[in-house]
Amino acid sequence: MFRLEVRTSTPAWFNLALPLLAIGATLVLCSGLIALAGAGVLEAYGVMFTASLGDSYAITETMVRAAPMIFTGLAVAVAFRAKFWNIGAEGQLLAGAVASCFVGAIPMPGPLAMVLMAVAGAAAGAAVALVPATLRVKFKVDDVVSSLLLNSVIYYALMALIEGPWKDTFSGYPISPPIEDSANFPVLLEGTRLHLGVVVALIAAPLIWFLIVRTTLGFRIRVTGENPEAARYGGINVERVLLSTALLSGALAGLAGVGEVGGVHFQVMSDISPGYGYSGIVVAMLARLNPLGVVPAAIFLAAVMTGAEAMSRATGVPAFLSDVIQGTALLAMLVALLFTAYRIRRVGAVR
Amino acid sequence: MSAVLEQIFQVGFLAAIIRIATPLAFATLGEMFSERAGVLNLGIEGIMLLSAMTGFTATSLSGSLWLGVLVAVLTGMLMGALHALFTAALGLSQHVCGIGVTLFSSGLAYFLYRLIFGQQSVPPNIKGFETLPIPVLSDIPVLGPAVFNQFSLVYMAMLAIPLAAFVLYRTPWGLSVRMVGENPRAADSAGVSVIATRFQAVILGGALMGLAGAFLSMAQFNAFTFGVVSGRGWVAIALVVFGRWDPWRSAGAALLFAFVDALQLRMQASGLGHIPYEAFLMLPFIFTIVAMAVMSRNAVAPSALLKPFRREER
Repeated sequence: MFRLEVRTSTPAWFNLALPLLAIGATLVLCSGLIALAGAGVLEAYGVMFTASLGDSYAITETMVRAAPMIFTGLAVAVAFRAKFWNIGAEGQLLAGAVASCFVGAIPMPGPLAMVLMAVAGAAAGAAVALVPATLRVKFKVDDVVSSLLLNSVIYYALMALIEGPWKDTFSGYPISPPIEDSANFPVLLEGTRLHLGVVVALIAAPLIWFLIVRTTLGFRIRVTGENPEAARYGGINVERVLLSTALLSGALAGLAGVGEVGGVHFQVMSDISPGYGYSGIVVAMLARLNPLGVVPAAIFLAAVMTGAEAMSRATGVPAFLSDVIQGTALLAMLVALLFTAYRIRRVGAVR
Repeated sequence: MSAVLEQIFQVGFLAAIIRIATPLAFATLGEMFSERAGVLNLGIEGIMLLSAMTGFTATSLSGSLWLGVLVAVLTGMLMGALHALFTAALGLSQHVCGIGVTLFSSGLAYFLYRLIFGQQSVPPNIKGFETLPIPVLSDIPVLGPAVFNQFSLVYMAMLAIPLAAFVLYRTPWGLSVRMVGENPRAADSAGVSVIATRFQAVILGGALMGLAGAFLSMAQFNAFTFGVVSGRGWVAIALVVFGRWDPWRSAGAALLFAFVDALQLRMQASGLGHIPYEAFLMLPFIFTIVAMAVMSRNAVAPSALLKPFRREER
């Protein structure tokens, strides 16, 4: 007989083993779809790997795609640490993109423009995230639903902008005017799209890790998430911590939008984010809410997305496989997390 | 002003409201059953998309519309069962699972559609449902042709609303659903299986979401496109809250939203809209968020919503 037993602590190697287990299970499950499409499983995954991580250009493309997911992943990880259920990273990203595009279109010296774009984008994201947090703190409104619904509000606001005042008068396309050339983020490697924002994302991860693990605010965020009663008893103003967490989380998601505007698209259009906000949830869960883990998790998802296109061209397997992998990975990770709560124990027949 | 009123009371306009409301009514009732049992199903957006795809595909391959509807319903039930497995049986966090189910189902829908139909310049379409006038009733002036000359799925939605209310409030199973949503501990003591009831409610909800998807791809658009659902699942989440988890109120909310949406479409078409149409599309979400803040004083949400039930935890 086997029995589930509640676990009191989890060994440290779980942090690495569980995501790998989940990713392994995901790749095995999704190989069924590759076979269904009549392609060789190893060949398809092989092409996916080479096209995303096989040479230096491929790696830069993967990193460019990973950057927004590092930011949204951090946004979700920070929020979930405090049990502020921010499902709204998508809307916060869009708000950040719009705000930075607005600032980037104003003529001013390049470096100043970039800094102001980041500040505006972060502020816009933070402002959006503040709404569900305030509603929760002041009115006890469920943050899951309110943050999710705000995504649609922000999306329609963006659409109203690019189909209204921002609409391209010459072509009639629903796209914003481009930002100033001087505000385009510098490319770090000639001939690639690797821009300054990618490096900022890579630096942000250890900074957020430091903030969560080593600072007072980080301590408060963790305690508030783990045990709000104890936090309150210990003199922590839980409401204030939730609001600060929301500001931080929203600002990070906003920066994801800033990077897309300043480093990749140089303007805003309706599909500026292919769901990076929701991918952030996948990234954060795979990372077990650890800011340092967010980087490899985001790179994994980015590699899958980048590699899927090439895989599709080479093998005919639809590139949408990457979307399935993303969803499966999240579900597999949630199941894998059960191992942190329970252990399987063998129990004798006679007790 | 009278011009606007004339627009509103046109047969075509009323019929459009009913048509827009139908998938929302199915989806809202589906989400409501799930939430009344204490399970938030954020998988709704993806479940509707996948059902729209499977239903469309089944009809496209077999030529039978009702087979397509059946396949869509079964798809919804299957995905509902998946969500219930994660949330009710394994007790995993409902919102994250829901996002997972949505990502997974939408990805699968895109993938399978592309695999089956390839990349075509003109998306394949089917001969979808045709309107079915109900004798006598459809002869009533204005109301008749608008309400009683509709697709059969529309009539099903109209019947589904009182039926859902009856099941929820007047049957022993409905009582169990409400009990496990309000106080699972007490339900368990009373001999109601919390997990089984949640499974049933979420699967029933999935079936209704499947009908919503089927309506979109087989009656409204007669084709499957990647934007066929485009946020209607999220609208349903909002409408359930706005309708205070009640079948009648939720359906009423769906009708109200459909009215605003139809009005918006009219204004866009007539070119008299100075207000961007997106402002109208935003309304249900903003209203719901405001309503949540106002309603929060008298807690109407099922108390056990989002809370996993584990028997051994006391």
